Amino acid sequence: MYSQGLNQPTEASADSPEQARFQARIDAEDKIEPNDWMPDAYRRTLIRQISQHAHSEIVGMLPEGNWITRAPSLRRKAALLAKVQDEGGHGLYLYAAAETLGVTREELVDQLLSGKAKYSSIFNYPTLSWADIGAIGWLVDGAAIMNQIPLCRCSYGPYARAMIRVCKEESFHQRQGYEIMLTLSRGTEAQKAMAQDALNRWWWPCLMMFGPPDSASQHSDTSMQWKIKRFTNDGLRQKFIDATVPQGHFLGLTFPDPALRQDPETGHWQHGEIDWAEFKTVVAGGGFQATDRLEARRKAHDEGAWVREAALAYAAKRQARKTAA
Amino acid sequence: MSTEITPLWEVFIRSRGGLAHRHVGSLHAADATLALQAARDVYTRRGEGLSLWVVPSNAITASDPTDRDMLFEPTASKIYRHPTFYEVPDEVGHM
Repeated sequence: MYSQGLNQPTEASADSPEQARFQARIDAEDKIEPNDWMPDAYRRTLIRQISQHAHSEIVGMLPEGNWITRAPSLRRKAALLAKVQDEGGHGLYLYAAAETLGVTREELVDQLLSGKAKYSSIFNYPTLSWADIGAIGWLVDGAAIMNQIPLCRCSYGPYARAMIRVCKEESFHQRQGYEIMLTLSRGTEAQKAMAQDALNRWWWPCLMMFGPPDSASQHSDTSMQWKIKRFTNDGLRQKFIDATVPQGHFLGLTFPDPALRQDPETGHWQHGEIDWAEFKTVVAGGGFQATDRLEARRKAHDEGAWVREAALAYAAKRQARKTAA
Repeated sequence: MSTEITPLWEVFIRSRGGLAHRHVGSLHAADATLALQAARDVYTRRGEGLSLWVVPSNAITASDPTDRDMLFEPTASKIYRHPTFYEVPDEVGHM
Protein backbone atom coordinates (compact mmCIF):
# COMPACT_ATOMS: atom_id res chain seq x y z
CA MET A 1 0.00 0.00 0.00
CA TYR A 2 2.75 2.42 0.71
CA SER A 3 6.19 3.64 1.75
CA GLN A 4 6.94 6.54 4.01
CA GLY A 5 9.83 9.00 4.22
CA LEU A 6 11.33 7.28 7.23
CA ASN A 7 14.82 6.66 5.96
CA GLN A 8 17.93 7.70 7.80
CA PRO A 9 20.26 10.26 6.24
CA THR A 10 22.87 8.65 4.00
CA GLU A 11 26.24 9.79 2.86
CA ALA A 12 26.93 9.93 -0.85
CA SER A 13 30.31 10.78 -2.28
CA ALA A 14 31.33 10.55 -5.91
CA ASP A 15 35.02 10.09 -5.16
CA SER A 16 35.82 6.70 -6.66
CA PRO A 17 35.70 6.04 -10.42
CA GLU A 18 33.05 3.37 -9.79
CA GLN A 19 30.88 5.90 -8.03
CA ALA A 20 31.28 8.41 -10.81
CA ARG A 21 30.32 5.76 -13.39
CA PHE A 22 27.38 4.68 -11.25
CA GLN A 23 26.09 8.25 -10.96
CA ALA A 24 26.57 8.77 -14.70
CA ARG A 25 24.37 5.73 -15.41
CA ILE A 26 21.69 7.07 -13.07
CA ASP A 27 21.88 10.51 -14.67
CA ALA A 28 21.40 8.84 -18.07
CA GLU A 29 18.20 7.16 -16.70
CA ASP A 30 19.85 3.74 -16.93
CA LYS A 31 18.33 1.17 -14.54
CA ILE A 32 20.58 -0.42 -11.92
CA GLU A 33 20.18 -4.22 -11.74
CA PRO A 34 21.03 -6.61 -8.88
CA ASN A 35 24.44 -7.74 -10.18
CA ASP A 36 25.61 -4.23 -11.11
CA TRP A 37 28.12 -2.35 -9.00
CA MET A 38 26.42 0.04 -6.56
CA PRO A 39 27.61 2.09 -3.58
CA ASP A 40 26.99 0.44 -0.20
CA ALA A 41 24.87 3.38 0.91
CA TYR A 42 22.60 2.98 -2.16
CA ARG A 43 22.16 -0.71 -1.32
CA ARG A 44 21.46 0.02 2.34
CA THR A 45 19.00 2.82 1.55
CA LEU A 46 17.10 0.59 -0.87
CA ILE A 47 16.99 -2.41 1.46
CA ARG A 48 15.60 -0.16 4.18
CA GLN A 49 13.08 1.61 1.96
CA ILE A 50 11.84 -1.46 0.06
CA SER A 51 11.56 -3.57 3.20
CA GLN A 52 9.72 -0.80 5.08
CA HIS A 53 7.40 -0.62 2.13
CA ALA A 54 6.90 -4.41 2.17
CA HIS A 55 6.28 -4.43 5.93
CA SER A 56 3.70 -1.66 5.45
CA GLU A 57 1.80 -3.79 2.93
CA ILE A 58 1.82 -6.77 5.28
CA VAL A 59 0.81 -4.80 8.40
CA GLY A 60 -1.68 -2.90 6.21
CA MET A 61 -3.72 -6.09 5.87
CA LEU A 62 -4.59 -5.96 9.58
CA PRO A 63 -6.75 -2.83 9.98
CA GLU A 64 -8.89 -3.84 7.00
CA GLY A 65 -8.89 -7.55 7.78
CA ASN A 66 -10.59 -6.45 10.97
CA TRP A 67 -13.76 -5.68 8.94
CA ILE A 68 -13.96 -8.61 6.51
CA THR A 69 -16.40 -10.60 8.64
CA ARG A 70 -18.49 -7.49 9.32
CA ALA A 71 -18.74 -6.08 5.79
CA PRO A 72 -22.36 -4.95 5.21
CA SER A 73 -22.97 -7.01 2.04
CA LEU A 74 -21.51 -9.87 0.05
CA ARG A 75 -20.37 -7.41 -2.64
CA ARG A 76 -18.43 -5.36 -0.09
CA LYS A 77 -17.02 -8.46 1.55
CA ALA A 78 -15.76 -9.91 -1.74
CA ALA A 79 -14.13 -6.57 -2.65
CA LEU A 80 -12.49 -6.20 0.75
CA LEU A 81 -11.16 -9.77 0.67
CA ALA A 82 -9.69 -9.14 -2.79
CA LYS A 83 -8.13 -5.88 -1.62
CA VAL A 84 -6.54 -7.43 1.46
CA GLN A 85 -5.23 -10.29 -0.69
CA ASP A 86 -3.70 -7.69 -3.02
CA GLU A 87 -1.90 -6.04 -0.09
CA GLY A 88 -0.40 -9.41 0.79
CA GLY A 89 0.68 -9.84 -2.82
CA HIS A 90 2.23 -6.36 -2.86
CA GLY A 91 4.21 -7.20 0.25
CA LEU A 92 5.52 -10.32 -1.48
CA TYR A 93 6.56 -8.51 -4.69
CA LEU A 94 8.42 -5.98 -2.54
CA TYR A 95 10.15 -8.52 -0.30
CA ALA A 96 11.36 -10.27 -3.46
CA ALA A 97 12.73 -6.95 -4.78
CA ALA A 98 14.54 -6.27 -1.47
CA GLU A 99 16.03 -9.77 -1.51
CA THR A 100 17.78 -9.07 -4.82
CA LEU A 101 20.00 -6.70 -2.79
CA GLY A 102 21.42 -9.54 -0.71
CA VAL A 103 19.15 -9.83 2.32
CA THR A 104 17.09 -12.97 3.05
CA ARG A 105 13.33 -13.12 3.50
CA GLU A 106 13.89 -14.66 6.91
CA GLU A 107 16.01 -11.68 8.01
CA LEU A 108 13.41 -9.21 6.72
CA VAL A 109 10.54 -10.95 8.49
CA ASP A 110 12.61 -11.12 11.64
CA GLN A 111 13.28 -7.36 11.49
CA LEU A 112 9.53 -6.70 11.35
CA LEU A 113 8.60 -9.14 14.10
CA SER A 114 11.36 -8.02 16.45
CA GLY A 115 10.18 -4.42 16.10
CA LYS A 116 13.53 -3.38 14.63
CA ALA A 117 12.05 -2.37 11.26
CA LYS A 118 9.57 0.45 10.78
CA TYR A 119 6.38 0.44 8.74
CA SER A 120 3.98 3.18 7.75
CA SER A 121 2.57 5.05 10.75
CA ILE A 122 -0.90 5.00 9.19
CA PHE A 123 -1.48 1.36 10.11
CA ASN A 124 -1.08 2.09 13.79
CA TYR A 125 -4.47 3.84 13.79
CA PRO A 126 -7.55 1.75 14.64
CA THR A 127 -10.46 1.04 12.24
CA LEU A 128 -13.44 1.89 14.43
CA SER A 129 -16.35 1.80 12.00
CA TRP A 130 -17.24 0.46 8.55
CA ALA A 131 -16.75 3.97 7.15
CA ASP A 132 -13.06 3.63 8.02
CA ILE A 133 -12.78 0.99 5.29
CA GLY A 134 -14.11 3.59 2.84
CA ALA A 135 -11.77 6.27 4.18
CA ILE A 136 -8.75 3.96 4.00
CA GLY A 137 -9.42 3.02 0.39
CA TRP A 138 -10.11 6.57 -0.69
CA LEU A 139 -7.50 8.44 1.38
CA VAL A 140 -4.78 5.99 2.46
CA ASP A 141 -4.64 4.23 -0.89
CA GLY A 142 -5.01 7.57 -2.63
CA ALA A 143 -1.99 8.91 -0.77
CA ALA A 144 -0.14 5.66 -1.46
CA ILE A 145 -0.77 5.99 -5.20
CA MET A 146 0.67 9.54 -5.19
CA ASN A 147 3.78 8.16 -3.53
CA GLN A 148 4.08 5.06 -5.63
CA ILE A 149 3.60 6.31 -9.17
CA PRO A 150 7.00 8.09 -9.18
CA LEU A 151 8.57 4.91 -7.72
CA CYS A 152 7.71 3.10 -10.98
CA ARG A 153 10.59 5.13 -12.44
CA CYS A 154 12.98 4.45 -9.55
CA SER A 155 16.58 3.82 -10.63
CA TYR A 156 16.66 0.32 -9.14
CA GLY A 157 15.14 -2.06 -11.71
CA PRO A 158 13.55 -4.71 -9.45
CA TYR A 159 11.89 -2.05 -7.25
CA ALA A 160 10.59 -0.13 -10.27
CA ARG A 161 9.16 -3.31 -11.81
CA ALA A 162 7.49 -4.34 -8.54
CA MET A 163 5.96 -0.87 -8.28
CA ILE A 164 4.51 -1.07 -11.78
CA ARG A 165 2.61 -4.22 -10.75
CA VAL A 166 1.52 -2.61 -7.47
CA CYS A 167 0.26 0.58 -9.12
CA LYS A 168 -1.77 -1.39 -11.70
CA GLU A 169 -3.65 -3.06 -8.87
CA GLU A 170 -3.95 -0.08 -6.55
CA SER A 171 -6.50 1.90 -8.54
CA PHE A 172 -9.30 -0.55 -7.69
CA HIS A 173 -8.49 -0.06 -4.00
CA GLN A 174 -9.04 3.67 -4.14
CA ARG A 175 -12.20 3.46 -6.22
CA GLN A 176 -13.85 0.85 -4.00
CA GLY A 177 -13.08 3.06 -0.98
CA TYR A 178 -14.56 6.15 -2.60
CA GLU A 179 -17.66 4.16 -3.56
CA ILE A 180 -18.16 3.18 0.09
CA MET A 181 -17.83 6.85 1.11
CA LEU A 182 -20.26 7.90 -1.61
CA THR A 183 -22.86 5.33 -0.55
CA LEU A 184 -22.60 6.38 3.11
CA SER A 185 -22.69 10.09 2.38
CA ARG A 186 -25.86 9.63 0.29
CA GLY A 187 -27.45 7.43 2.95
CA THR A 188 -29.21 8.19 6.24
CA GLU A 189 -28.06 10.99 8.56
CA ALA A 190 -26.36 8.40 10.74
CA GLN A 191 -24.48 6.95 7.76
CA LYS A 192 -23.38 10.38 6.63
CA ALA A 193 -22.18 11.16 10.14
CA MET A 194 -20.20 7.93 10.11
CA ALA A 195 -18.49 8.94 6.85
CA GLN A 196 -17.72 12.41 8.24
CA ASP A 197 -16.28 10.91 11.43
CA ALA A 198 -14.00 8.63 9.40
CA LEU A 199 -12.77 11.54 7.28
CA ASN A 200 -12.16 13.57 10.46
CA ARG A 201 -9.98 10.85 11.94
CA TRP A 202 -8.07 9.79 8.80
CA TRP A 203 -7.35 13.12 7.12
CA TRP A 204 -4.39 14.28 9.21
CA PRO A 205 -2.73 10.86 9.49
CA CYS A 206 -2.97 10.61 5.69
CA LEU A 207 -1.17 13.93 5.23
CA MET A 208 1.55 12.59 7.53
CA MET A 209 2.00 9.57 5.25
CA PHE A 210 4.13 11.70 2.93
CA GLY A 211 6.75 12.02 5.64
CA PRO A 212 8.30 15.02 7.38
CA PRO A 213 8.27 18.44 5.69
CA ASP A 214 11.11 19.11 3.26
CA SER A 215 12.62 21.61 5.68
CA ALA A 216 13.14 18.79 8.23
CA SER A 217 13.96 15.91 5.90
CA GLN A 218 17.70 15.23 5.66
CA HIS A 219 17.82 12.29 3.30
CA SER A 220 15.93 13.71 0.34
CA ASP A 221 18.99 15.06 -1.45
CA THR A 222 20.82 11.75 -1.74
CA SER A 223 17.68 9.81 -2.62
CA MET A 224 16.89 12.38 -5.30
CA GLN A 225 20.43 12.29 -6.64
CA TRP A 226 20.14 8.50 -6.93
CA LYS A 227 16.66 8.78 -8.45
CA ILE A 228 15.17 6.55 -5.78
CA LYS A 229 12.90 9.46 -5.07
CA ARG A 230 11.60 11.83 -7.75
CA PHE A 231 9.52 14.35 -5.81
CA THR A 232 9.83 15.91 -2.38
CA ASN A 233 7.55 14.99 0.52
CA ASP A 234 5.86 18.39 0.44
CA GLY A 235 5.43 18.28 -3.34
CA LEU A 236 3.63 14.93 -3.20
CA ARG A 237 1.54 16.01 -0.21
CA GLN A 238 0.36 19.06 -2.14
CA LYS A 239 -0.58 16.94 -5.16
CA PHE A 240 -2.59 14.65 -2.90
CA ILE A 241 -4.44 17.50 -1.22
CA ASP A 242 -5.25 19.18 -4.53
CA ALA A 243 -6.65 15.94 -5.92
CA THR A 244 -8.57 14.92 -2.80
CA VAL A 245 -10.24 18.08 -1.49
CA PRO A 246 -12.68 18.42 -4.44
CA GLN A 247 -13.52 14.70 -4.12
CA GLY A 248 -14.43 15.27 -0.46
CA HIS A 249 -16.56 18.27 -1.31
CA PHE A 250 -18.38 16.18 -3.92
CA LEU A 251 -19.30 13.80 -1.11
CA GLY A 252 -20.75 16.75 0.79
CA LEU A 253 -18.25 16.26 3.60
CA THR A 254 -15.98 18.77 5.31
CA PHE A 255 -12.27 18.50 6.11
CA PRO A 256 -11.13 18.78 9.74
CA ASP A 257 -8.84 21.70 8.94
CA PRO A 258 -10.22 25.22 9.57
CA ALA A 259 -7.21 26.70 7.77
CA LEU A 260 -7.88 24.77 4.54
CA ARG A 261 -8.41 27.21 1.68
CA GLN A 262 -7.76 27.41 -2.03
CA ASP A 263 -5.15 29.90 -3.15
CA PRO A 264 -7.00 31.95 -5.80
CA GLU A 265 -3.80 32.54 -7.77
CA THR A 266 -2.15 29.11 -7.85
CA GLY A 267 -5.32 27.03 -7.43
CA HIS A 268 -3.53 24.95 -4.77
CA TRP A 269 -5.28 24.00 -1.54
CA GLN A 270 -3.34 25.27 1.47
CA HIS A 271 -3.50 23.25 4.66
CA GLY A 272 -3.04 24.12 8.32
CA GLU A 273 -0.22 23.05 10.61
CA ILE A 274 0.44 19.28 10.76
CA ASP A 275 1.01 17.81 14.23
CA TRP A 276 4.49 16.33 13.72
CA ALA A 277 4.78 15.42 17.38
CA GLU A 278 1.93 12.94 16.86
CA PHE A 279 3.67 11.58 13.76
CA LYS A 280 6.88 10.94 15.70
CA THR A 281 5.00 9.21 18.51
CA VAL A 282 3.09 6.94 16.12
CA VAL A 283 6.15 6.04 14.00
CA ALA A 284 7.99 5.13 17.19
CA GLY A 285 5.12 2.78 18.06
CA GLY A 286 3.59 4.91 20.77
CA GLY A 287 -0.10 4.62 21.62
CA PHE A 288 -2.82 3.43 19.26
CA GLN A 289 -2.45 -0.01 17.74
CA ALA A 290 1.31 -0.65 17.38
CA THR A 291 1.46 -3.36 20.04
CA ASP A 292 -1.60 -5.16 18.65
CA ARG A 293 -0.32 -5.01 15.08
CA LEU A 294 3.02 -6.62 15.90
CA GLU A 295 1.40 -9.16 18.17
CA ALA A 296 -0.97 -10.15 15.37
CA ARG A 297 1.96 -10.58 12.96
CA ARG A 298 3.97 -12.60 15.49
CA LYS A 299 1.00 -14.84 16.23
CA ALA A 300 0.43 -15.49 12.51
CA HIS A 301 4.14 -16.21 12.01
CA ASP A 302 4.41 -18.54 14.99
CA GLU A 303 1.22 -20.40 14.21
CA GLY A 304 2.33 -20.90 10.61
CA ALA A 305 5.76 -22.24 11.59
CA TRP A 306 4.70 -25.91 11.56
CA VAL A 307 3.35 -25.52 8.01
CA ARG A 308 6.66 -24.11 6.73
CA GLU A 309 8.61 -26.81 8.55
CA ALA A 310 6.36 -29.59 7.28
CA ALA A 311 6.56 -28.34 3.68
CA LEU A 312 10.37 -28.21 3.83
CA ALA A 313 10.56 -31.65 5.47
CA TYR A 314 8.27 -33.13 2.80
CA ALA A 315 10.32 -31.52 0.00
CA ALA A 316 13.53 -32.90 1.55
CA LYS A 317 12.03 -36.40 1.84
CA ARG A 318 10.88 -36.39 -1.80
CA GLN A 319 14.28 -35.13 -2.91
CA ALA A 320 16.03 -37.88 -0.93
CA ARG A 321 13.82 -40.55 -2.55
CA LYS A 322 14.51 -39.16 -5.99
CA THR A 323 18.26 -39.22 -5.32
CA ALA A 324 18.08 -42.80 -4.00
CA ALA A 325 16.07 -44.09 -6.98
CA MET B 1 14.38 -16.34 13.07
CA SER B 2 13.85 -19.53 11.05
CA THR B 3 17.11 -21.39 10.61
CA GLU B 4 16.09 -23.05 7.35
CA ILE B 5 15.82 -20.94 4.22
CA THR B 6 12.82 -21.67 2.00
CA PRO B 7 14.10 -21.95 -1.60
CA LEU B 8 13.65 -19.14 -4.11
CA TRP B 9 11.87 -19.65 -7.47
CA GLU B 10 11.62 -17.45 -10.55
CA VAL B 11 8.15 -17.14 -12.08
CA PHE B 12 7.38 -16.93 -15.81
CA ILE B 13 3.94 -16.34 -17.33
CA ARG B 14 2.62 -16.87 -20.86
CA SER B 15 0.15 -14.04 -21.09
CA ARG B 16 -1.57 -15.10 -24.33
CA GLY B 17 -1.44 -18.02 -26.74
CA GLY B 18 1.40 -17.54 -29.20
CA LEU B 19 3.56 -15.45 -26.86
CA ALA B 20 6.65 -16.65 -25.00
CA HIS B 21 6.72 -17.09 -21.23
CA ARG B 22 8.02 -13.94 -19.65
CA HIS B 23 9.74 -13.40 -16.31
CA VAL B 24 7.44 -11.65 -13.83
CA GLY B 25 9.13 -12.02 -10.45
CA SER B 26 10.14 -14.49 -7.80
CA LEU B 27 8.81 -16.18 -4.69
CA HIS B 28 9.75 -18.63 -1.94
CA ALA B 29 8.34 -22.15 -1.75
CA ALA B 30 9.43 -25.48 -0.33
CA ASP B 31 8.97 -27.42 -3.58
CA ALA B 32 7.84 -27.10 -7.20
CA THR B 33 4.17 -27.93 -6.51
CA LEU B 34 3.90 -25.27 -3.82
CA ALA B 35 5.85 -22.81 -5.98
CA LEU B 36 3.32 -23.26 -8.77
CA GLN B 37 0.39 -22.73 -6.41
CA ALA B 38 2.00 -19.65 -4.86
CA ALA B 39 2.82 -18.25 -8.32
CA ARG B 40 -0.84 -18.61 -9.26
CA ASP B 41 -1.91 -16.69 -6.13
CA VAL B 42 0.78 -14.03 -6.15
CA TYR B 43 1.18 -13.29 -9.86
CA THR B 44 -2.15 -14.11 -11.56
CA ARG B 45 -5.00 -12.45 -9.68
CA ARG B 46 -6.30 -10.58 -12.74
CA GLY B 47 -6.17 -12.85 -15.75
CA GLU B 48 -2.46 -12.28 -16.35
CA GLY B 49 -1.84 -15.57 -18.08
CA LEU B 50 -2.61 -18.98 -19.52
CA SER B 51 0.46 -20.86 -18.38
CA LEU B 52 3.04 -20.64 -15.59
CA TRP B 53 6.63 -21.81 -15.27
CA VAL B 54 8.53 -21.88 -11.99
CA VAL B 55 12.29 -22.40 -12.07
CA PRO B 56 14.60 -22.75 -9.06
CA SER B 57 16.55 -19.48 -8.96
CA ASN B 58 19.82 -21.28 -8.33
CA ALA B 59 19.38 -23.17 -11.63
CA ILE B 60 19.90 -19.93 -13.57
CA THR B 61 23.36 -19.05 -14.85
CA ALA B 62 23.66 -15.38 -15.68
CA SER B 63 26.21 -13.37 -17.61
CA ASP B 64 28.31 -10.95 -15.60
CA PRO B 65 27.32 -7.29 -16.13
CA THR B 66 31.01 -6.30 -16.12
CA ASP B 67 31.50 -8.54 -19.20
CA ARG B 68 28.87 -6.60 -21.05
CA ASP B 69 31.20 -4.80 -23.43
CA MET B 70 33.21 -7.89 -24.25
CA LEU B 71 30.10 -9.99 -24.86
CA PHE B 72 27.90 -7.59 -26.74
CA GLU B 73 30.12 -4.99 -28.38
CA PRO B 74 30.69 -7.15 -31.50
CA THR B 75 26.98 -7.03 -32.24
CA ALA B 76 27.13 -3.25 -32.47
CA SER B 77 30.13 -3.13 -34.80
CA LYS B 78 28.83 -5.70 -37.33
CA ILE B 79 26.54 -3.35 -39.18
CA TYR B 80 26.58 -5.66 -42.21
CA ARG B 81 24.24 -7.93 -40.24
CA HIS B 82 21.45 -5.41 -40.76
CA PRO B 83 19.39 -5.17 -43.96
CA THR B 84 19.90 -1.42 -44.29
CA PHE B 85 23.65 -2.00 -44.84
CA TYR B 86 22.94 -3.18 -48.40
CA GLU B 87 22.16 -0.88 -51.31
CA VAL B 88 19.19 -1.88 -53.44
CA PRO B 89 18.11 0.56 -56.21
CA ASP B 90 14.68 2.14 -55.73
CA GLU B 91 13.56 0.71 -59.08
CA VAL B 92 13.75 -2.78 -57.63
CA GLY B 93 10.99 -1.91 -55.19
CA HIS B 94 10.44 -3.28 -51.70
CA MET B 95 12.75 -6.10 -50.69
